[in-house]
Amino acid sequence: MILAAVGEVGEGFFKERTSETLPCQAKSTHLFCFDWAKENIDSFATPAQQHVEIVAISVVAGFAIAFALALVAHRRRWLQPPLLAATGVIYTVPSLALFFILLPVTGLGRDTVIVALSAYTLQVIYRNVTTGLANVPSAAKEAARGMGMSERQILWRVELPLAVPEIVAGLRIATVSTVALATFAVFINAGGLGTKIYGSGNLTFPTSIVIAGGLAMAIAFAFDLILLAVQRRVTPWRRAAQA
Amino acid sequence: MNASIGGAIEFIFEPQSSNVTGGKEVGGLSQVIELTLNQLELTVLALALSLVVALPIGLYLGHRGVGEALAVGLGNVGRAVPELALIALMASVVGVGVLNMTVALAVLGVPPILTNAFVGIRQVDRAPVDAARGMGMTEAEILFKVEMPLAVPTLMAGIRGATIAIVATATIAPLAGVLTLGDFIINNNVYGQNGLLAGGILVALLALALEFGLAGLQRLLTSKGLRLSAA
Repeated sequence: MILAAVGEVGEGFFKERTSETLPCQAKSTHLFCFDWAKENIDSFATPAQQHVEIVAISVVAGFAIAFALALVAHRRRWLQPPLLAATGVIYTVPSLALFFILLPVTGLGRDTVIVALSAYTLQVIYRNVTTGLANVPSAAKEAARGMGMSERQILWRVELPLAVPEIVAGLRIATVSTVALATFAVFINAGGLGTKIYGSGNLTFPTSIVIAGGLAMAIAFAFDLILLAVQRRVTPWRRAAQA
Repeated sequence: MNASIGGAIEFIFEPQSSNVTGGKEVGGLSQVIELTLNQLELTVLALALSLVVALPIGLYLGHRGVGEALAVGLGNVGRAVPELALIALMASVVGVGVLNMTVALAVLGVPPILTNAFVGIRQVDRAPVDAARGMGMTEAEILFKVEMPLAVPTLMAGIRGATIAIVATATIAPLAGVLTLGDFIINNNVYGQNGLLAGGILVALLALALEFGLAGLQRLLTSKGLRLSAA
């Protein structure tokens, strides 16, 4: 009883405290019901975990494809405009629409979401890898060539390390947007935090939406911080230059 | 029944019988056109609202060169906001209807427009701006006649990003009682599997049409000199 009173002291203080009849749950416009949150927070663990998995797999797959495409286009410059246009078209197609366009191929479920979301990340990552490589100072490349490095060594030891900040910037944008978009997975029966916003054909009630939305944003910022930390780690010379 | 491309195309052009409407047919060209126009109307309203809010602020901050943390930070935070939660919260707390949906969708359009307006104006070469000031142009003239034309590509990139985000999210407006093409997706027990696929195809085509339209507009707005130097 005492716990139940914390969120909503005034009305409903004497009501029974069961999952069905929490005082603040009855009012559909009540933005946040602490009692309900306390009782039900555990039920967000599985959707949150599914959400993180969908995002991680999609971004890793998207990065692998976009990175490979960018490296190929780095050698064969004529490929750059058509690849940019193709990934741009995929990027323009709303991911929710892409889920259902993929329906006859991959069916309902997580595979469809992962294919659609990783396709969505291609444009941002591809573009940032190519601009990152293009912005490497030619002096650095010439010095490497003068030292007798092969083209492959120049790419992996000089150009890619110098392009890391732009590559990570692309990854961060792609990851954060993917976390937000992965809530749509609920429409194709793939789980994730969307199930706590829209469940069995109806919007859930506000407290659940607020928690699910808040968790999604927290996951996005956590991914963002991790990527930033990775960037710091792999570009120690930038810290040295700043100091 | 499984979805097929053929079935979806049939759904778009010919009304189909449905299991749950009691004999009333669903789909077909007239409903497709109606829902497309609804989605377009909602998109235009929301885009107009976000332009009215974001463009003046972005242009002003960019011209003055202040408020970078606000303009760029808002863009980053905006990307993390889950659209589904935003629409759902709007629908269940504030209420359903076109006006509320317009506001909720405009929230998505503000960050990209504001950020790009700020960045676009900020990164204009200082030499022409100084020259304009030396010629005696007022600050407003400098903004509208020098900085804005030079910032068209970045400004338009923001507006295009906002448009795509809004039209994509307008798909879930039926959750808030505004019937758009997303009705085929959200009420799929009425429209069936072919309706789902048809909804996906139609939303994709609408987004691509808007993107190509705005790309064309951008080409028209870009001054001849800029187009020549890009070529």
